Amino acid sequence: MAELKKEKAQEMGLHDEQLKGRTQQRFFSIDESENLTYFHSHEVDTSKSAKIDAQDMTPREINREIRALMEKGIGDITVDNPMSRHGVGVGILNRLNLKFTDSLGYFGCGLIDGPNVHIEGRVGWSCAENMMAGTVVIEGNAGSTFGAAIRGGDLVCKGDVGARTGIDQKGGTIIVGGRTGAFSGFMMQRGRMIICGDAGMNLGDSMYDGTIYVGGEVEELGVDCVPGEMTELDIRYLSEKLAIYGIKTPKGVEKMQKYVSGKMLWNYASLEPNEKKLIL
Amino acid sequence: MCGIAGIIHRNAGKEVNIGEQMTSMLQALKHRGPDSTGYAVYGEDNGNQVVRFKVAEGADLEGSFDIHAAIEERVALVNKRLEELGAKILNKESANEYSHRYEIQFSGDMKKLADFVEDIEGVEILSIGNSLELIKDLGDAAVVSKQYGLDNFNGTHGIGHTRMATESDVDIRSAHPYWAYPFSDVAVVHNGQLTNYWTNRRALELKGHRFSSNCDSELIAVYIADKMSQGSDLESAMKDSVEYLDGVFTYLVATKDQLGMAKDVMAAKPMVVYESDDMIALASEEVAIRTLFDHRIETFDPYHGEVKVWQN
Repeated sequence: MAELKKEKAQEMGLHDEQLKGRTQQRFFSIDESENLTYFHSHEVDTSKSAKIDAQDMTPREINREIRALMEKGIGDITVDNPMSRHGVGVGILNRLNLKFTDSLGYFGCGLIDGPNVHIEGRVGWSCAENMMAGTVVIEGNAGSTFGAAIRGGDLVCKGDVGARTGIDQKGGTIIVGGRTGAFSGFMMQRGRMIICGDAGMNLGDSMYDGTIYVGGEVEELGVDCVPGEMTELDIRYLSEKLAIYGIKTPKGVEKMQKYVSGKMLWNYASLEPNEKKLIL
Repeated sequence: MCGIAGIIHRNAGKEVNIGEQMTSMLQALKHRGPDSTGYAVYGEDNGNQVVRFKVAEGADLEGSFDIHAAIEERVALVNKRLEELGAKILNKESANEYSHRYEIQFSGDMKKLADFVEDIEGVEILSIGNSLELIKDLGDAAVVSKQYGLDNFNGTHGIGHTRMATESDVDIRSAHPYWAYPFSDVAVVHNGQLTNYWTNRRALELKGHRFSSNCDSELIAVYIADKMSQGSDLESAMKDSVEYLDGVFTYLVATKDQLGMAKDVMAAKPMVVYESDDMIALASEEVAIRTLFDHRIETFDPYHGEVKVWQN
């Protein structure tokens, strides 16, 4: 087979630089101002408040209204009547106090980096997916894939959550006040998960780093998930972390069980800590 | 994807507009499946049987010159066969040319009646029951509700389905709910994919059960019917089904006075439940249940492998 010339390959969109990890260097331009700021991040003042009545608004209209208020510098926003709509409160990349006085549907508060969100109702599937930083506190219950692939921040559900909680978790802390469903912590890579109640089957299946604490019964451990040793540091951490959100475990943090990965992936285990950070 | 919903009122008599409530929930789930919409709603039992059947698919009307004559022949043949078996036809209604509702008096073998009528080419019984009305057609909930006059249907409970066709055709035959032939007043709606459909279908067919479509969801209705024919109650049959069925699923079953829900062991398909002293409402998404209330409600997700049955 004839070798494809580099110029031709690039015309076709096949940039071999991407494969070598030099994408940023290749495509960064100092003349493009958006490269110097965090896109769609706003300077807001949390002493300035506003309310949105979302009763008759579409999810897109709600998100646009939140963005418009942030552009005006408003840093404390309350959304009334979100009516369990999907995809609300997403893509917020700055500090903001955001409150929902009702339930959210699927993918609520996904892709956020910085806001403190308080939800007085319930959330549907995939709440706070890919969250980078900030806090999301839910007073009610949550659906499945809660906190999928989060990389940072605190994600707190005071009630019960569905299956696959923290699937592909890459950092941050997930706190569940009640029980969690099957396959929680599936392929967990980093971060902490604190489950105050029971955990469903296959807990921590295929996890290769991170820590899971469970206050209740575990139906069944997944492959590669093994009990770890609780230390004084763990107990102190749990006590202080749960106190922040006013959550108590039925039997006390001293009785919680710790679970960690029993096996390291070969390539992952051979990396230095700073190298691990790069691949996650 | 598909969306499913159900509602059951406790101690509410027959005064609740179930048709309107189901339409409200199913319309909110339209984005999960726009191909067809179906209802199994339970009204007043006046001692007679309600037979819902179709004599053609809606699409057939546009595809053949002689379909109208064929439909007339089929309806006449249905009437003749019902009378031959001793069924007394008390009332006839039809929402359109191909979909019919008969109220009959019949004390014989229901399976024999169903088999005899379905032996007519193009005829399929959608349901038989004392209080069950099974309605399904192409289009969203608003379209089907208007076509079949469901906006003012009073009853105690119902289940419904919005379908996104993935593994079988877009037609009434493949739409949900499925009647648990030949059991009076039992219907099923399902969201998911069953991976052991053909293996289990063949086994049930060898036992004498009939399948009217190639839709995997029908397996649940037939399996529940099979278990109940062996003496199982609804809850036991549903618990067994969680082991029997392979794949990802959440389904609802309704009987004359019960509403049941089952979820697979991986909890791969959604279900949200609202429960109060007066009513239980379930749906694939809370946004559907929320259409019934003007205030915040508390809801929860059932656990993996969980089966729940409510009585009205």
